[in-house]
Amino acid sequence: MKIRNTKEKHEKIEVPMTPMIDIVFQLLIFFIMTFKIVDVEGDFNIKMPEAARESNALTEEQIPPMRLIMKANTAGDLVSMRLAEQNFSIEGGYTSYEERTSAFSSLGNYIVRFMGNQIGPGGNTPETVEIEIDADFNLKYEYTIQAITMISGRLDNNKEVVPLVEKIQFAPPRPDPNAE
Amino acid sequence: MRINKGRRGIEEGDMTPMIDMVFQLIAFFMVLVNFTEQETNQDVVLPHSVLAKAPDPPLKNVVFVHMTEDAEVILLGQRIILDNAYDYLYQEAQIIRNSNVSVDDTTVVIRAHEDANTGHVQKLISECLRAGFKQFALRATSGEENHS
Repeated sequence: MKIRNTKEKHEKIEVPMTPMIDIVFQLLIFFIMTFKIVDVEGDFNIKMPEAARESNALTEEQIPPMRLIMKANTAGDLVSMRLAEQNFSIEGGYTSYEERTSAFSSLGNYIVRFMGNQIGPGGNTPETVEIEIDADFNLKYEYTIQAITMISGRLDNNKEVVPLVEKIQFAPPRPDPNAE
Repeated sequence: MRINKGRRGIEEGDMTPMIDMVFQLIAFFMVLVNFTEQETNQDVVLPHSVLAKAPDPPLKNVVFVHMTEDAEVILLGQRIILDNAYDYLYQEAQIIRNSNVSVDDTTVVIRAHEDANTGHVQKLISECLRAGFKQFALRATSGEENHS
């Protein structure tokens, strides 16, 4: 048996790292190429009852839907809003982003007050209140969505959604003024 | 002057920190990469709403219908004009029924461009109703308001 030479130096075995770095770079480039920044999308928690009701008969619990009338100018921008008897319009119509934002805030606050009234049986709950949106044909969809945002709920301090009105429907569309 | 006859070995910079950073980057992207195909469309810029929440639990039996600002409807990758949408929607409803899924349980997710006419969106909804669909979801980008 060969007596091991204890003075033999233990050689350090060097693993070639260059191929590993190459593969790592390949992986990195793959992930960079496949990375895509996408906006998070979400839905509204609203119930849209069938727009075409055969009869206008209402059950005992139902109250007739409140009508939100939204008017647009020729460019499709919102100029006025009215919910039932409450008017959110201003003289000359909305002309700026700030005026529209303020009008939507007023709409939201009105809905909050409206839903807060008469707590208890017979009060305004998300099940009983229904709003019908009657918007001009050429009103830009973003304004309709903003109105639905203000009507359907509110973010509380914990960023949770407090539901306000869940039953939202669209009034039968008025004919397209641009159609042949 | 002493002539330097020292080692002429190649001086290699230490690559270890660079490899560490590269691994960090890989880990970052691996965590973020999402291989699920979200049904989106480049032509449709969704309106924004702070109340829009991703459906939880995720919707089963979904049909995505896109609408561009020119009232062009995109359904299953096909671009159709609004007047023809009913035929395609009815076809889609039939396909769903044939696969033993109730159309009543199917949600139509409407992804309409923020500048589309509300009237066109309403017409689209009524065509979907005519084709037999009953449940709808209006889609918007969610999160805090951060645009003008």
